[in-house]
Amino acid sequence: MHKFLIRSFVSSLVLLFTLTVAAVAKDVKAAFVYIGPTGDHGWTYQHDVGRKAVEAAGFKTTYVEGVPESADAERVLRQLANSGHDIIFTTSFGYMNPTNKVAKEFPNVKFEHATGYKREHPNVATYAARFYEGRTILGTIAGTMTKSNVIGYVASFPIPEVIRGINSFTLAAQKVNPNIKTKIVWAFTWYDPGKEAEAAKALIDQGADVIAQHTDSTAIVQMAEKAGVYAFGQASDMDKFAPKAVLTSVENNWGPYYVDRVKAVANGTWSQKDTWHGIGDGMVVISGLDSQMPSDLQAKVKKLQADLASGKVHSFTGPIYDQKGNLMVAEGKTADDGMLAGMMTYVKGVEGDIPK
Amino acid sequence: MIKIVKRDQPSKAIFFFTPVLAIFLTLIAGGIIFYILGFKPFEALKFFFIVPIADKYGFSELLLKATPLCLIAIGLSFCFKSNNWNIGAEGQLTFGAIVSGGVALLFYDQEGFYILPIVILAGAIGGMIYASIPAILKTYFNTNEILVSLMLVYVSKLILDYLVVGPWSNPEGFNFPETRQFSDSARLPLLFEGLRIHAGIFLALAAVVISWFVFYKTYLGFQMKVSGFSLKTAKYAGYKGKKMIILVFLISGACAGLAGVGEITGPIGQLHREVSPDYGFTAIIVAFLGRLHPVGIIFASLVVAITYLGAETAQIFMQIPKYTGQVFQGMILFFLLASDYLLFFKFKFIGSKK
Repeated sequence: MHKFLIRSFVSSLVLLFTLTVAAVAKDVKAAFVYIGPTGDHGWTYQHDVGRKAVEAAGFKTTYVEGVPESADAERVLRQLANSGHDIIFTTSFGYMNPTNKVAKEFPNVKFEHATGYKREHPNVATYAARFYEGRTILGTIAGTMTKSNVIGYVASFPIPEVIRGINSFTLAAQKVNPNIKTKIVWAFTWYDPGKEAEAAKALIDQGADVIAQHTDSTAIVQMAEKAGVYAFGQASDMDKFAPKAVLTSVENNWGPYYVDRVKAVANGTWSQKDTWHGIGDGMVVISGLDSQMPSDLQAKVKKLQADLASGKVHSFTGPIYDQKGNLMVAEGKTADDGMLAGMMTYVKGVEGDIPK
Repeated sequence: MIKIVKRDQPSKAIFFFTPVLAIFLTLIAGGIIFYILGFKPFEALKFFFIVPIADKYGFSELLLKATPLCLIAIGLSFCFKSNNWNIGAEGQLTFGAIVSGGVALLFYDQEGFYILPIVILAGAIGGMIYASIPAILKTYFNTNEILVSLMLVYVSKLILDYLVVGPWSNPEGFNFPETRQFSDSARLPLLFEGLRIHAGIFLALAAVVISWFVFYKTYLGFQMKVSGFSLKTAKYAGYKGKKMIILVFLISGACAGLAGVGEITGPIGQLHREVSPDYGFTAIIVAFLGRLHPVGIIFASLVVAITYLGAETAQIFMQIPKYTGQVFQGMILFFLLASDYLLFFKFKFIGSKK
């Protein structure tokens, strides 16, 4: 009898404990709004990897994919806020105004908007990654591996984020190879395999033997593989799509941030902030280096990666000149975040003009 | 034995019955697809077609979504009835949004009752200008209006891209591809506090009434009908074909342009790259599902609008991929075209009583 009582007491304790843990974990529900399909192997795919990390940490998650940045975004956000979600991540720039609008109506729901700048209400935070640090590494590799000294770059839209990437890439490439030129093709899309492949082909036809990209599909690395030139994966490790062409990829690693923020909601410590994390915080990750890269280059890249992480090296260290030869950053100085956030001029060595 | 026989005349009853049949078949096929994907079919269909409109807010969103579809489809029915294949409503919508958005931006820091009417008119004119291109090319140069109007869609999107990235981008917007927000005077008034449904719905309803009157009570409507049946007959009857082609394109363009106005001065409130999630193309399905009849188009626009909302709800609550919404739209059109076979043919049961 005693045994039975003790046993049932212990088991009920265990049950209670499990229930409490489950209740705590169940308490917070996170939602994610995606611009593309989860299978794009680029931007949205990586956000979904981050969402899975949140699930793995014991929280319930919901996502809606392919939400256009039209009037529909607001409805999806309101529906998510209305159906018991405590924190909503909106993962595309175009959701900025709807996010702030819906946030006003749901002060108890936390909103996290990726890549935007508006935080009109205390329950809206913004976050982005310092992808330009990854591009410093890609530039170093491209400048070393090119034989034609022409590097192609498929860009999406002429916004500071993209210009900053082009500049960071070019500066790093020039450092190891002063003769290189970066040629840009503007695709005016984030995701359009057809257009991206055409842009890559145009660059290869102009003599580029390394192609970098700031668009999301795998079409460019596949085109590079076909043409026998080098390329870099964007957002996710694209090595399996073009094993010979891809030298490395810059991966967007949102998981740790997402888990952090959802936990903060669970603990009641969430507060509004503007996060801009790079290699050091693990939001930007460099995939494995291809064996075609000489071992001294690999060593150099590893060291650069560590130095960028520790802050010993900054992607934008002076002297930096713009295309006309005007000084942008003085010798020994580094560009501050304000300058980086509004960067709308090319550095010396980039060919062409920014579309206006 | 069953024999398939051509009907002497398309059956009028079946003409209005096949859209209903198509929707019914879509539901069945949709249920089967859900089952194959591993979801409970009835539950999935419930989240797809009932849950999204079960409350006041959901119903208002349905009307909000159906408004542009209805408006564009009404305009398109003028073209389709008279044998003019305007596939470019999406472009006319975009260009209408560009022109009206441009006007709204001129007044971005002003208030005044006169602003909204000018903005609306500008949108209609924008759509008409853009629709006149394929119309004029068709009437005077014998080009194919399907190709011209379709290609112009992509041109209009590129113009919009250029404007929001470049000259019209918000000076305080860190060069992101969007314009300033319009002033409140350039926004369509909301009908109810807290809901997004706006006065644009009256434009759609007006279009329904006017089109019904034109189709069935005017000489123009009769001309359109005759031209739709046979261009040769229309010519023989002495109708001025060119004038009519241009007129129907202008009406269609104006409707699409107004739909664009409704989006940017209604829920969006600014110009950016994605003004419409392809309403101009989806409205083609709506027009045919509604049998090019004004009342039919109202119902069709509601049915198609719900596939958008349902796809979102089904993903939020059941993790069903959101793209099933597009599958549903495709299936509706497919079953409609397939069941139209019944219009012209009938099954005859023979041989049993020999």
